[in-house]
Amino acid sequence: MDILANLYLGFGVALSPYTLMLAVCGCFLGTIIGALPGLGPSNGVAILIPITFTLGLDATSALVLMTSVYYGAMYGGRISSILLNIPGDEPALMTTLDGYPMAKAGRAGDALVLSGVASFVGALLATVGLMLLAPSLARVAFLFGPAEYFALYLLAFCTLGGMASNNQAKAALAACIGLGIAMIGVDQSSGLPRLTGGNLHLYDGVDFLVAIVGLFAIAELFFFIESHGKGSSIGVILDKVRVPWRDIWNTKWTMLRASGVGFVAGILPGAGASLGSFLAYMTEKSIAGPKGGFGTGVPKGVAAPEAGNNAAAGGALVPMLTLGVPGSGTTAVLLALLMTLNITPGPTLFTERPEVVWGLIASLLIANVVLLLMNVPMVKIFVKILMVPAWILLPGVTMISFVGIYSLSGSYFDLLLMIGFGVLGYFLRKLDIPTVPVILGILLGGNMEDALRRAMTLSDGDVMYLFSSPISIGLWVAAIVGFVAPMFLRSVLRKPQAITD
Amino acid sequence: MASDRIFGLITLITAVAYIAAATQIQTNFFSGEYLPKLFPIMIGAVAAISSLVMVFKPDPDPDWPASGTWPSMAIAVLVLAVYAVLLKPLGFLLPTVFAAGILSYQISPRILPAVLSGLGLSVGLFVLFKYALGLGNIVAYRIPTAAKLWDAISILIPFVGH
Repeated sequence: MDILANLYLGFGVALSPYTLMLAVCGCFLGTIIGALPGLGPSNGVAILIPITFTLGLDATSALVLMTSVYYGAMYGGRISSILLNIPGDEPALMTTLDGYPMAKAGRAGDALVLSGVASFVGALLATVGLMLLAPSLARVAFLFGPAEYFALYLLAFCTLGGMASNNQAKAALAACIGLGIAMIGVDQSSGLPRLTGGNLHLYDGVDFLVAIVGLFAIAELFFFIESHGKGSSIGVILDKVRVPWRDIWNTKWTMLRASGVGFVAGILPGAGASLGSFLAYMTEKSIAGPKGGFGTGVPKGVAAPEAGNNAAAGGALVPMLTLGVPGSGTTAVLLALLMTLNITPGPTLFTERPEVVWGLIASLLIANVVLLLMNVPMVKIFVKILMVPAWILLPGVTMISFVGIYSLSGSYFDLLLMIGFGVLGYFLRKLDIPTVPVILGILLGGNMEDALRRAMTLSDGDVMYLFSSPISIGLWVAAIVGFVAPMFLRSVLRKPQAITD
Repeated sequence: MASDRIFGLITLITAVAYIAAATQIQTNFFSGEYLPKLFPIMIGAVAAISSLVMVFKPDPDPDWPASGTWPSMAIAVLVLAVYAVLLKPLGFLLPTVFAAGILSYQISPRILPAVLSGLGLSVGLFVLFKYALGLGNIVAYRIPTAAKLWDAISILIPFVGH
C-alpha cells in the first residue's frame, strides 16, 4: 500500500486550487502548441522553460505547469496530424497514416475524438505503469556505480542512434556534436577552461536551453521561409463532433495492446516515443492482417499509434526519473526543465524528494483527466487555432524564443548562439541527421564524462573496470546490439512513408 | 551524395581540430594529467570516424531549396543577428516591429500583412510579457547614444567587435 500512501502525498502537493489552475492553463496552452503546425511538444516546452523560470514559480508549480503543457502538446499533436496531414513531431507521423484518410472521408470529428480517447487510455495506463515500475527500478539503480552509469549513457545514445534514425553514422555524429559542445567551459576538477577558444562568454559552457530553442524553434523558422508557409491550410471540413461510442468500444483491445507495446518501448532508454507509436501501429497492422484495411482510414489505425505514442511518453519518464536518462526528445526537454529547477533525477530522487516525484505523477494523472474533458467538447476551438497563418505564427514564436533566452542571462551572446544553433539545426535536418542526440549530448555530456572520470580514478586508469560488473557488461552488450541490430533489421522493418495527396 | 560528402568533410576537419584542441587542454594537480583530455579526445575520435563513413558512404542528396531562397534565408539570419544585438540598446518595441515584420514578409511576401503582423506582434508580445507575465528585464524603448549603438552593431563585425 506504499503506492497509495505516496499517491496521497502526491495529490496533496498537486491538488491545490492554484496548481490545479496551472494544470488547466498548461493543458490548454499545450494543446494549442501541439496543434500548431511547426510547433511540437519538444520545441513548445523548450520555449516555455526560460519563461517559466523567470516567472519565479516554485519547483512543484513549474513542474505541474510544464508536465501539463507536455501532455497537452502530445494530445494537440494529433489535431494537425489528422486534419492537415502534418505530424507535429516524429511520433505523430504514424497517426497521419490512418487519421488523415479518415478525415478526408468525412469522419474528421470521429477521428479526433477517438484519438483523444486513445491518448487518454495510453497515457493513463502508462502513468499507472510508471507508478508501479519506477520505485523498484530506482532501487536497482542504487547498484549503479560510475562504470554502470557510463555504460547506461552509452546505451541511451546507441539505441537512440540505432532505432530513431536511418543512418548509424549520422546518429553517432549527432551525439558527438552534442557531447563535444557539452565539454566546453570550465572543468570542474581543475578549475581551468576547456575548449573555449579564449572566449569569456563560453567559460560558463553552452546552456542547453539555448541549444534546444535554437535547434527546434529557430530552425523551424528557416523551414517555413523555405516553404513560404505552404501546406498549412485545412483541406478537411469538420462538421458536428459527436462521440463515436461504437468505434471506441470496438478498438478497446487495440488501445490496451498498443498501450502495453508503447510503454515497453518508451522504457528503453533512448528509444522513446517514435518507436512506441511505430511498434504499436505495426503490431496492430499485423494482427488485423491485410483485411484490416490499415492505411485507408480505419479507427484501429488511429487508436493504435495514439495510444502507443502516449504510453511511450509515460514510459519514457521511467528511465528519465530513475536513472536520469531520457528516452525521447521531449523527455530530454523535461530533464532540462528539472535541471533548471535544481532537481537531479536519479535513484535518490525517490527517497530524498518524494514530494517532487509523486507530485509529478499526480499532476500527470490530473493533466490527463483535464485533457480528456477539455479535448472532446473544445476540439472545435483548437481547430480554429490551426487557422493562424504561418506569417504571424512563426515570427511570433521566434520573438518569444528571443525574449525567453534573453531573460535567462540578458546577454546578446546567448541570442547569437541560439541563431547559430538554428542554422545548424536547419542543415542537420536537411541532411537527415537527427537533432535529438545533439540535445541529449549537451544535456548528458557532463554526467557521462563525470562517470568515466570517476571510474578511471577508482580503478587507477584500468580500462577493464568499465566491464567489471554483470550490469555494466549487460548494458554494453545491449548498447552494441541496439546500435548494430537496426542496420540488419532495416530491410525487414521499413518505416511507412507519410502519405501524400 | 555531394551534400553528405561536403558536410562529412567539414565535420571531419572540425573533429580533428577538436582533438588537437583537446590535447592542449590545461591540467593541474587536482585534475590529473590525462583525465580532462580523455573524454573530449574520445568524442573527437568517434566524430571523425562517423564523418569518414559519411564521406565514403553518402546518402542521396536532400531537396535543397531553390537558389532564390538562399538570399532570403541569409537575410533572415542577418535580421535575427541584428535583432539580437539591438534588443538591449533600443528596447523591445522598435527592433521587434522590424524583425517580426521582415520575417513575416519572407514567409509570405505581402507588404501590408507583414507590417501589421510586425506591429501587432511587437505590441501584443510586449503587453503579454510585461504585464501578463511580469518579465522584469524587458524595456519598452531606450534612446541610445550613437556610441552605444555602434558598440552593439560592431559585435557582429568580425575583428572589430569584442
